[in-house]
Order: sequence, then structure tokens, then C-alpha cells
Amino acid sequence: MSATAAEAARASRLAAIWETRPGVVGALASVDHKDVGKRYLVTAFVFLVVGGIEALLMRIQLAHGGASTLSPELYDELFTMHGVTMIFLYASPILSGFANYLWPILIGTRDMAFPRMNALSYWIFLFAGIFIYTSMAIGDMPDAGWFAYAPLTGKAFSPGPGLDFYALGLLFLGISTSVGAVNFIVTLFKMRAPGMSLNRMPILVWGTLTASFSIIYALPPLSVALVMLWFDRQFGMHFFDSSAGGSPLLWQHLFWIFGHPWVYIIVLPAMGMVSDIIPTFCRRPLVGYTYVAFATVSTGIIGFGVWVHHMFATGLPQLSLSFFSAASLVIAIPSGISFFAWIATIWYGRPVFKTPFLFMLGFIVLFAIGGVSGVMTGLLPFDWQLTDTYFVVAHLHYVLIGINVFPVVGALYYWLPKITGRMLSERLGRWNFWVMFIGFNVAFFPMHWLGILGMPRRIFTYPAGLGWDASNMVVTAGAFVFAVGILLLSINIAWSLRNGVPAGPNPWDAGTLEWSIPSPPPPYNFEVIPTVDSRHPLWENGPGIAEGESDLTEGPVLDEDGHEVIGTSVLDGAPETIQHMPGDSLWPLYLTLSLTLLFYSLVSAHWPLAVSGAGLALVCLVGWHWPGRDPGEEG
Amino acid sequence: MTQVVTRTLSRGARGSQSFGWWGMVLLVMTESAFFASLLFGYFLLRSMHPDWPPEIPSLHIAGPNTVLLLTSSLTFWLGERSIRAGHAGRLELWLAATLLLGATFLTLQGVEYSHQSFTPATHAYGSMFFTVTGFHGAHVFIGLLMNGFVLARALAGHFSADEHEPVRIAGLYWHFVDAVWIAVFSSLYLFPRLF
Repeated sequence: MSATAAEAARASRLAAIWETRPGVVGALASVDHKDVGKRYLVTAFVFLVVGGIEALLMRIQLAHGGASTLSPELYDELFTMHGVTMIFLYASPILSGFANYLWPILIGTRDMAFPRMNALSYWIFLFAGIFIYTSMAIGDMPDAGWFAYAPLTGKAFSPGPGLDFYALGLLFLGISTSVGAVNFIVTLFKMRAPGMSLNRMPILVWGTLTASFSIIYALPPLSVALVMLWFDRQFGMHFFDSSAGGSPLLWQHLFWIFGHPWVYIIVLPAMGMVSDIIPTFCRRPLVGYTYVAFATVSTGIIGFGVWVHHMFATGLPQLSLSFFSAASLVIAIPSGISFFAWIATIWYGRPVFKTPFLFMLGFIVLFAIGGVSGVMTGLLPFDWQLTDTYFVVAHLHYVLIGINVFPVVGALYYWLPKITGRMLSERLGRWNFWVMFIGFNVAFFPMHWLGILGMPRRIFTYPAGLGWDASNMVVTAGAFVFAVGILLLSINIAWSLRNGVPAGPNPWDAGTLEWSIPSPPPPYNFEVIPTVDSRHPLWENGPGIAEGESDLTEGPVLDEDGHEVIGTSVLDGAPETIQHMPGDSLWPLYLTLSLTLLFYSLVSAHWPLAVSGAGLALVCLVGWHWPGRDPGEEG
Repeated sequence: MTQVVTRTLSRGARGSQSFGWWGMVLLVMTESAFFASLLFGYFLLRSMHPDWPPEIPSLHIAGPNTVLLLTSSLTFWLGERSIRAGHAGRLELWLAATLLLGATFLTLQGVEYSHQSFTPATHAYGSMFFTVTGFHGAHVFIGLLMNGFVLARALAGHFSADEHEPVRIAGLYWHFVDAVWIAVFSSLYLFPRLF
């Protein structure tokens, strides 16, 4: 056989091992990280659109004083669902989608460490999202804001089931998030390509790694708070009832011990994407890789020590307020390091202004504005003046849209060609960017002075003539322009699927491993497991951009015995083991359906059914872990 | 760059080389944070209310129960040691002993519950007491299911001196459940006696 014929035979052997079975069952049983990643991206994008429509409805109501498009009750429900949707069902899952799709191909392997857990985390995300939105279908949505302060959330003030859907739905979703975080950490620690020591990882990986560790420690306080909330409501317990020895502050503490790290959980991976995309378009490695990696990790750690800045107005002792104020200001240091590393990379590089790069530049501007208003609200006297006004709404949207949505859209322009094999339209992309960028600033910048003028957040209307009318009309107009930007993005994606120029393996001349394989990647990702010798294996032959002798064509093939991957050591990425990975399986779906039954029974207080849901889940877990062929696995 | 020679790599993995071991370590970390959050709530409410706890929980059952649970960690460890030496039969016996001790712990906890003068709905302390110990009990229950599963696999002849990773991984969880009890016991039963 000639060399090419041997390679073709090798590729077809690998494809036979890694391919998902065609048909519905095959799709439901798939544990391919690329399928899971795509499903995450699509589902999270749908939630972005749903949350966006909720926001537009609110903006119609607020466009002028005294409007009556929405009732106060519906308005409360919409701002709660908008927050829950964007924060829990869009911002974090979209990053999981990128991480699921990209991690194995960024670090040079064929799968995630726990493929079936990976499928499980997607299914639970989907069903938890449906669970939370069931409250909309039955017409009783949670209405106490996304951070649901007690005692408003107690049975006395919120008798309907809306808040039970909130508490149980977020608990359910938490399983998905935790499972995903564990999966990311183990994948990163044990499955990097031979030679990819920690200091050679793409910086995106540092962001998701930090976020995953934050999830491990930050999610439990939320789970505890949600359990207490549900116990108070369902069984008449008294955790948040100050008349019986409880305290509403207990909820606030637990919620924000979770809540502030969560901000970093949904921005650090996005900042990591920025740190990976900017160098590609500047044709040079990131300036200060090590400092940015340290800054990422230290932001994640310091993020656990600042939660009380959400509670400045609750009457805590002055000493602890000062401490938390100082800690909050410290965060500016690592953020500043990353910020100047991006600027320096652009400064010293030769920038190519393609659409993804425009979104990165937009991100840098919005990050600066959102960062500065963050430092301002970190100062006690300033916060006391402006807490619960539109200034805070402006700040949090600059942070969350600026640091999450803008990088995410840029990353879609950057990585979708890898995923679909087709380029998006560059011309429409530029329109997309400018419409979104202008729309965003028109929508959110005026909120700063609306806040300073004293407009409180979470009011369904206001009397005309307070000097807020014109600004509110501008904000509403901006929101619709921003929505048109998202529409242009959808049009561009739909258009590219059919008409986009074929991308080829490396349309951007990027330097990292995912660009060494075809677009879209074959089921087995890499024909041979690459051996890595630098941070930019694809730039080693370029004129002095990177040094090293990575080997992408020769190496382990592992085409003999099912799903096999190489296990490497944590620090150096030295090969240690060959590990057999599970193939496609229906157990993750079965387990999710059992848990869905369990949670619907809990929310309707139907205990026998809840017990059967738990029992079925147990059966699934036993079937899952008992060695042997999985249902749905290829014969 | 030297090429990776697959011949020299071991197939399958043990201890910190195995993905499952890492997965369990991370699960234990996040579960620890869960109990830390519960105890944070306990101490926060205590700091706000001078008459907390309304009554100090008795050691009559909890004291001996603590000894039972710690012994079950020992029996599990002995089982693990047996299988490392290749004695599958002894592993089964030690696992059965662990199951028995754990089940006794849960039963006695139920007896203690039935003697309490308050319920979860009496006051916030009652809510906290039953939630903390209840969640620990639920973890013991899950640990028992896990140990039962490992015992079933041992009886099916799946384990040998070289291949018994599931025993190690279930052991991590079981020792964690026991360690958490020490934190719960100290906070709820001992701490109010001292301060």
C-alpha cells in the first residue's frame, strides 16, 4: 500500500470506531463532545433570544412614563425570568458549549474525560431549562428578581408555585453545571496532548479551568440556599424567618457567596477566548501569557472574598464593609493586567481587522467602562448613593454583555467556521458588529445618568415629568437596535450554512491545535495524537513567531481497541496511560428523564411519584456503572 | 521532540492516573463546600441569636453513633487492603461489615430524631438541626448504596489485586462521609458545650 492509501485506511478505521450511529437513537445516545458542544451552543442561543424578547417587552413598557403595556405583576415576572434566563440558561451554558466543542481539539485529544457525564450535563441543562419555563406555561412565574431576596420569597408573600420552580429548577440545573465543571477539570488535568505542559495551554483553557474550580466551590452555597428556600416554603421551616430565629440575611450571604464568583464564572472563559483570538489577528503571541494566566486564576480566587459588596446597604458592621470594599477594589489589579496585556498585544502586533477582531476591540472598550463603574460601586459612599438604581443596571449589563456576549459573538465568528466548515459573511459581520456596538451603548450608557438622577430599578413604570422620559425612550430605541444586531448574527449564521465559503482547516492562520485538523473535524478529531512543543504548534514554521518542534503528523494512532485516549501527567503533560473510554449510551438521557420526573413531582409535592423518580434514577446509575455494553452503543 | 511510544504506556490506570479517581476527588471537594455552606448558615444564625441552641443536643445516641461510623471507615479500609493483597473473599466480608455499621448508624439516627423535643418547623434551630444532620444522613445512605454496588461487583468476581479501582473510588466517598460527620458532630453537639 502506498502511504496515502494506508492513511486513508487508518482514517476509515478511526471513523468506524468514533462515529455516532445514524438515526434518532444514535443522536440521542451520542456522547461525542462535538455533538454535545453544538447542542449547548444552539440551546443557549435560543435562551438568549427568549431572554432578549423578555427584555424588549420591558423596554416597551418603560419607553415613557405611565405606560400600561404590562401589568406590574407581569413586569415583575418578566424581569425575574430575564435575569434567570440570561445568567443561568444563557451566559454559563454558552461557554460550556464552546468549552465542550473546543477543549478536546484545543488540547489535542479525542474526547472529554467523562463522555457520558458530558451528555448528561447537556440533557439536564435542557430539561432544567424546560422545567423553569414550565412556570411560564402554567402562568405563575417566579417574580422576586433573579436573586430572590427573602422574605419576599416566603410562602406568605409569594403563595404561588413560581418560586418553587425557581428553587428546584436552579437546583436541578446545578447538577448539570457541577458535572460539567468536574469533567472540564479532569479533562484538562489528564488528557492534554503529550508535551502540552501547563504553561503551553491555550489561555482560553486557563479561563475555563478557573471558572470550573470556582463552580466547584461557589455552586454549593447556592444549592444550600435554594434547599432552605424550598424547605421554608414547602415544609414551613424557618431559615429566613426572623420571628422564629432565622434571618433573611442568611439568604443574602449564601446567595452572594455564590453570586459574585458566578460573575467570574461567566466572564473568565470569555476573557480567555479574547486572549486567544487577539493574538491570531495581531499575528503575534499574547504579551505576558504568564501574567494573564496568573491574573485569571487570582481573579477567580479574590472573587470569593468580595460578596458583601452586594450587601453594602443591609446595615452590616462598618469594619466588614470596609474590608469587602477594599477587597473589591483589589480585583481591579488582575483585571488591569489582562487589559494591558491585550492592548500591548495589539500595539506590538500587526492587526488584521476581521469581524472577530472587531468584537474583541468592542469588548475591550466595554470592559473598560464596565470595570470603571464597578470600581465606583465598590466604594461604599458611592454605592449607598446609587444602590438599586439604574446605575447598577448599567454596570451589570456593561459587564455581562460587554464581557460575555461580545466575546461570545466574536468567538462564533471565529470558531463557527471550524464547527460548520463554512465562513460567515465578512460584510454582514461588520454590519453586525457596528449595529450591536452602537445599539448596546445607546441602550445602556444613558442608564448611568438615569441612575444618578435617581431612577430605581425594578419599577414597572414611573410618572412622566421627572426628567427620565427622553433617556428612557433612547434606551428603548437602543435596545431594539441591539436586538437587530442579534438578528443580523442569526441571518449570517443561517446564510453561511449554505452559502458560506468553505473554511478549510485554518482560515485565520491561527497557531493553536484546533486549526490543524479539517473543518468540520472528523469524529476522531486527530488522526494521530499530536506531540506539542510550544504554545503555538502551527506557528513554529512561521518567521520567528514561535519556537519548538511539535509533531502533528507522527504519533500514537490508537485505532485498534475502541475509544482510546492517552492519559498524561498533570503538570508536564507526559504520557502515562492508554485509557479506554465509554462509547455512545442512552443512560445519560434515561437518568435525566428520571430526574426530571423527580423534580416535577417535588414541585407538585407528589411524594410517591418523587420516590419512583429517585428509584428510577438509581436504576439508571446502576446500569450506567455496571460494566458491559451500554444501550445505544454501536454493535 | 521525542515521539510517544505507545508500547511503553500502561493500559488502564490506577489511583491519581485514573480519571474516575480525579472525578471523585472533585465531587468530594464540591460536597465539602456544600456542608461548609450549611455549617456557615448554622454559625451565622447562632451569631445573631444569643439563645442558640434552645437546648443542647444529647450525646446519648450521637456519641456511640460517632464511634460506629468511624469504625465503618476502618472496616472499609481493611477491605481495601485485603483486595490489594488479592483476597476478594475478605473484601466482601469487610464491605458487608461496613454496610451493617452504616445501616445501624442511620437506624440509630432515626431513633434520635423520634426523641427530639422539636421538629424542623418549630424554630430556625430545628430547621437547621434536621437539615444538617438529614443531609449527612442522606449522604450516608448514598454511600451505602455505593458500597452495596461495589459489594455486588465484588460478588460477581470483578475485582482482583490489580483491578479494583471502583473500590478505591467508593472508599474516597465513604471516608469523606465519615469525615463530614466529625465536622457536623463537632459543630452541633460539641461546640455548644464548650462556648
